[in-house]
Amino acid sequence: MKTIYVDNNATTRVAPEVVEEMTPYFSELYGNPSSMHFFGGQVQKKVEEARERVAALIGARPQEIIFTSCGTESDNAAIFSALQVAPEKRHVLTTRVEHPAVKNLVAQLKREGYRVSELPVDRHGLISMEEVSRAMTEDTAIVSVMWANNETGVLFPVEEIATLAKSRGVIFHTDAVQAVGKIPVNMAESQIDMLSLSGHKLHAPKGIGVLYVRRGTRFAPFVIGGHQEEGRRGGTENVPYIIGLGKACELAASNLEEKNLRVKSLRDKLENGLLKMIENSIINGDREQRLPNTSSISFEYVEGESILLKLSDKGICASSGSACTSGSLEPSHVLRAMGVPFTAAHGSIRFSLSSYNTEEEIDYILEVMPPIIEQLREISPFWKGAAARSCSAS
Amino acid sequence: MWVYTDKVRELFNNPKNVGEVEGADGVGEVGSLSCGDALKLTFKLDDQGQIIDAKFQTFGCASAIASSSALTEMIIGKTLEEAEKITNQDIVEFLGGLPDKKMHCSVMGQEALRAAIANYRGEKLPKEDSEIVCECFGVTENEIVDAIQHNNLTTLEQVTDYTKAGGGCGTCHERIEAIIEEVLGQTEAEPRPEKPAKRRLSNIQKMKLIEETLEKEIQPTLAKDGGSIELVDIVGDRVMVSLKGACATCVASDITLKHYVEGKLRELVADTLVVEEVAQ
Repeated sequence: MKTIYVDNNATTRVAPEVVEEMTPYFSELYGNPSSMHFFGGQVQKKVEEARERVAALIGARPQEIIFTSCGTESDNAAIFSALQVAPEKRHVLTTRVEHPAVKNLVAQLKREGYRVSELPVDRHGLISMEEVSRAMTEDTAIVSVMWANNETGVLFPVEEIATLAKSRGVIFHTDAVQAVGKIPVNMAESQIDMLSLSGHKLHAPKGIGVLYVRRGTRFAPFVIGGHQEEGRRGGTENVPYIIGLGKACELAASNLEEKNLRVKSLRDKLENGLLKMIENSIINGDREQRLPNTSSISFEYVEGESILLKLSDKGICASSGSACTSGSLEPSHVLRAMGVPFTAAHGSIRFSLSSYNTEEEIDYILEVMPPIIEQLREISPFWKGAAARSCSAS
Repeated sequence: MWVYTDKVRELFNNPKNVGEVEGADGVGEVGSLSCGDALKLTFKLDDQGQIIDAKFQTFGCASAIASSSALTEMIIGKTLEEAEKITNQDIVEFLGGLPDKKMHCSVMGQEALRAAIANYRGEKLPKEDSEIVCECFGVTENEIVDAIQHNNLTTLEQVTDYTKAGGGCGTCHERIEAIIEEVLGQTEAEPRPEKPAKRRLSNIQKMKLIEETLEKEIQPTLAKDGGSIELVDIVGDRVMVSLKGACATCVASDITLKHYVEGKLRELVADTLVVEEVAQ
């Protein structure tokens, strides 16, 4: 059975070019970049080259790039730093739809006595700039808003928020884990103070991340140890992974627009095909302000885990925001924050594509999906009643 | 990824007895769209009172569909009296097991069966007279007590796995723990031997003892490190405190709270107490 991988917001395939670039740094060129000898020095050069490649992808200066172990560490480092450099400020502003790396961290801060505001989103998953402005106070230590939502792909006006935050003297951080590599990101033309990205979302391996810290932004290290990363993140550099991430960023930067147009056209083909063939299917999230690769689509009156299992039996790998798959008993916090009705929230499926997906794969999904939904609706006690109602209404 | 048995996968992919029995004698509907799973069971009896046909419709995950299919297979050919004896554990056995987090699917099967039998007999289900404990999933006290008794549950987590109660906002956790304690108290004639029984305290006595313990036992210890603690409120078993002085800014204050303060209160007052820090 062929594997059709359309779960690229969960993780991505490591690009073969990346693996090739990394390999020598495990076995042959294993030096420590901090060493004085030539053997470490040549490794250090490669680490700095990787830093330049990452910086180039996001329009930053190499000195503004701090390598971390993952996106979660970057998010934690950014928020803890802001709290530490301004200990008198006791307010944190974020949204209700953040990734657990931010969401659960601010929940912990709340328990420790910080004031936390989580901005609501409308039914398209968007936030209002007026509310951002209202919620930002003199007591606000940091505003953290994700660039793109992992479940729906909805994009947030982070550059606008960053400008507003700057004018009020508040640090702005964005979790751009889902955005970098999928849409153009340019720090040179933005006021964003800190940005998190993660290697494994853009065809580098799992276990490597970056925190971008704008020059001039006060920063307190999260991992304290040696002088690595100019004292901003202790711990011996994860050399092969840093080099791999550098290569992945270089690959992402080349033909970004062109690749994304292709991915977007595949996503649109999939989405429009499903909407057309399967009645009572709904797109979750704003269709314009959205990543080009993501589609969150709900099939009413059926449950997401059942759909995933049937897809999985056909070799198709996707994910769902249903309760059964969220690891809790309630559907995803993102869909609930958007007010997606329960009829749809439990039956939501996320397809997230990458440039490795092909048109044949999309055709195959379009072929197998309608009978799967039909089969499950046949079993569902709610379907016939709903179908009857919509018939009599028309 | 869930690990399902072959039997669960087989019944999920090829469910038996899907649909609605025409002219059904008994109809049982449990669950709802908002809960994420629901089951409608219908059956028909012959002249001898034997179930000759049974069908199901289920909205839910693979284990919910498999549990429903299993249930219909298990009850066809049985008299109502025999069918009545089927428990969720029998459904689990039939399926060769279910993951812990999916036990509620088997409980949903048992409940649908009871509801259908009660419907046939024109009886009310005991749960209908029972108070709702978990508002998120509409679970009644009666259903929770039942699940505890039939499955020998002892923890809140297990109750959530089996009934979903407490799996939402969490405000009913205390109530569920009280029910568990009550049921276990009834089934165990004598207090559990490994733990010496603490004297039963009235609410007032408990509050006083908590205050006393904080003042005399805990406060002096914290004071040695320049810290201090203040009692804010007591709701049921939740003791809400605010840390002052060096404790308020100490990174290890969580550890202090959970390990030391809670430990001491549990040791000296009641082992069900939970200490929480609140901002003042």
